[in-house]
Amino acid sequence: MLFFTRWKAAAILLTALIVCLFAVPNFFPDRMVQKWPSWAQRHIVLGLDLQGGSSLLLEVDTNSVRKEVLQTLSEDVLHTLREARIQFTGRGISGNGVQVHITRDTDYDNALSKLRGLSQPLSGYAGTTGQRSLDVTQNGDLITLTPTDPAITERIRQAVDQSIEIVQRRVNELGLVEPSIQREGTDRILVQVPGLQDPTRLKEILGKTAKLDFRMVDQSMTPDQAAQAHPTESEVLEDEKGVKYLIEKRVLVSGADLVDAQPGFDQRTNEPIVQFRFNSSGARKFAEATQANVGKPFAIVLDNKVVSAPVIREPILGGSGQISGNFNVQLANDLAILLRAGALPAPLTIVEERTVGPGLGQDSINAGEHAAYAGAALVVIFMLATYGLFGLFANVAVAINVAMIFGVLSLLGATLTLPGIAGIVLTVGIAVDSNVLIYERIREEVRAGRTAINAIDAGFSRALATILDSNITTFIAAAVLFYIGTGPVRGFAVTLGVGILTTLFTAFTLTRLIVAYWVRMWRPRVVPI
Amino acid sequence: MRLLRIVPDNTKFDFMRFRRISFPVSAMLSIVAICLFFFHGLNFGIDFVGGTLIEVQTKENPADLAKMRTTIGGLHLGDFQLQEFGAPDDVLIRISEQPGGDAAQQAAVQKVQEALGDTVTYRRVEVVGPSVSTELLSYGTIGLVLAIFAILIYLWFRFEWQFALGAMIANVHDIVLTVGFMSLTHIDFDLTSIAALLTILGYSLNDTVVIYDRIREMLRRYKRMSMPDLLNASVNATLSRSIVTHVTVAMSLLALLLFGGQAIHSFTATMMFGVVLVGTYTSVFIASPILIYLGVGVGRMGGAEEPEPPAAATPVKSAPAPQRARARR
Repeated sequence: MLFFTRWKAAAILLTALIVCLFAVPNFFPDRMVQKWPSWAQRHIVLGLDLQGGSSLLLEVDTNSVRKEVLQTLSEDVLHTLREARIQFTGRGISGNGVQVHITRDTDYDNALSKLRGLSQPLSGYAGTTGQRSLDVTQNGDLITLTPTDPAITERIRQAVDQSIEIVQRRVNELGLVEPSIQREGTDRILVQVPGLQDPTRLKEILGKTAKLDFRMVDQSMTPDQAAQAHPTESEVLEDEKGVKYLIEKRVLVSGADLVDAQPGFDQRTNEPIVQFRFNSSGARKFAEATQANVGKPFAIVLDNKVVSAPVIREPILGGSGQISGNFNVQLANDLAILLRAGALPAPLTIVEERTVGPGLGQDSINAGEHAAYAGAALVVIFMLATYGLFGLFANVAVAINVAMIFGVLSLLGATLTLPGIAGIVLTVGIAVDSNVLIYERIREEVRAGRTAINAIDAGFSRALATILDSNITTFIAAAVLFYIGTGPVRGFAVTLGVGILTTLFTAFTLTRLIVAYWVRMWRPRVVPI
Repeated sequence: MRLLRIVPDNTKFDFMRFRRISFPVSAMLSIVAICLFFFHGLNFGIDFVGGTLIEVQTKENPADLAKMRTTIGGLHLGDFQLQEFGAPDDVLIRISEQPGGDAAQQAAVQKVQEALGDTVTYRRVEVVGPSVSTELLSYGTIGLVLAIFAILIYLWFRFEWQFALGAMIANVHDIVLTVGFMSLTHIDFDLTSIAALLTILGYSLNDTVVIYDRIREMLRRYKRMSMPDLLNASVNATLSRSIVTHVTVAMSLLALLLFGGQAIHSFTATMMFGVVLVGTYTSVFIASPILIYLGVGVGRMGGAEEPEPPAAATPVKSAPAPQRARARR
């Protein structure tokens, strides 16, 4: 137990030294570290609770994704049957599927095979999975098309992916520093912005779907009449002030055809506006529509609200235009950002928000530091008083242990939170315990009448088995915490887990090496503990 | 230099005799704790019941809580609490979950911020919606149960099943008592409380395992020693370590409690209770004697058999001393 070959001792010291060195970048200002080679730049990231900032957890509205899947399917059914000149009635969404009644029984087989054609094979990671996107069933004249679960799951996954991309673009457009955007679970997105004190604007920007459509105003009846008549091709929408409009459901051009949007001012009224430009297909569609409808009003609809409903004075052929709608500068700015970044495939809801101001963050860092120093001082003095020279060894080992924790955390690029600091303070407790176990065992062996060297040897070999057992149990608890925890709790689990590993390393190698070296140098007759 | 000895060498306390007191007492305390949990309840934080928590620093020092109470009360946001938090100008505002789903919580925050206006600076705003809070609670509970079972399985591999079961009973006892403590003191029960409970679990097991390790060693060495004597010897042998370790852990926690700030105050207070008070007591007075009831070393109970020479003849006196012949590997 006390014998180390030269190369083994060297390997132990080298490992400890290298791990400790990884902690070095944390003690230098960022400006300096950035000039170092990239492998030496890794450092601990302060959590939002320490450096201040805002964290938002967004949830993609999966119900709206489901609804949209059914709506698209319903339209596909319409087009397919019309194309095949099959007469039908009662097309509509019912429950989880789309139903349609085929009028003539001679069309049954044809309709079924045509509608079956809508069902696509689903592809997985390894080619086709054998599953299809739709279940098509027939019962008399009634054909039901139901999207399969894997198809819906796939669509939701796509929607979340798309949402992440758009959230990313919107956050970047706002010019926030070092935002982090990541997926959480199946349908959530975590947005973290360090240093952001007031997330009100961010929340407003992220809370909008920004689905922009250009549609015609239906002038065949008034909105009040439409409320009674329920026309199938039009719907009643309101503007900001609650004025009702009857708008056609058919979309002339959608926001997806926009290539640019910028805030500006109207040259005549000096009112804030948003100027936009279409891509070539959007420009063509818009030109055709405006040519055909000169003198009639059309509506710019954003998230099912009418922004404005101007009359087309002349055909707009250039592919660019402007939106005015009683904006102030900020609103025009935000709308331009939203239009540039694109529409979300489904609405996002903020399900969790945590914002920490910079004052509290700094207070927490100070509190953590004070606690760490006070705890360390108490423990160091107590160990010296209890074990004398060996207490000094223990203190050295624990100090190296803490340095190694910082090294490993830097290497992992881990996030240090306030509970994380608590985890380090507690690790000091665990690390001290491993030394206590060894020393108490040595005391026992001495009492049993062993010679000094014998007792030290036996003390180590017996205590280490116990240390291993007791630390693995704590490590299991830390692993579970890491797995189930989020944010600060996970930070605690990481430091605790890393702390246990470094504790095991120091107990099994460093402490032993220090004592072994001391034994070789002094050849002690009695153990001074 | 004379070194500090908190525990004298070769103690011979008869810990096992206390099992006739400690078991009924623990059982009673556990029942009290469970009753507290069900009838007094826990002071669930927003992590688990949803709602809003806003920490503000008022421009006037000390904060005028009464005025703030009327301001926020005028918003009709249902139940809310105001509480001084660490400093006289630091106020914690807690607003219960608003009906109407996730979006309604955001609206409530906006109302409060509009009402308070420029009179305060915001140190912290936390909003947890209903869909997240239910998940967090179930994840927390699942995590705790999962951890207990994972540790149980590990101990089962390392020891015998009686040890694993004994450790589990002891640790569930710790958790139950700590939850009772949290109910009694009305400490905030949030995500960090789950972290505290898991750490208590880890520490308490750590302690139990150290003693169990020694018991296993003694079981192999002294084949004929009666079970209570053997357990006593094991606990006494590890007593000094237990005390020294707990003093250092208590020192670390004390530092966190005094200097760690309000944000982790409930965390450290819980840990102090769980680790230092309950954990230590449990491993000595519950985890060890319970092995007798679980049937470890049946057949040696009476100690009537021919004693094995020479160690087992006077077990308690010489128990901590390992036999020389088998000591070296």
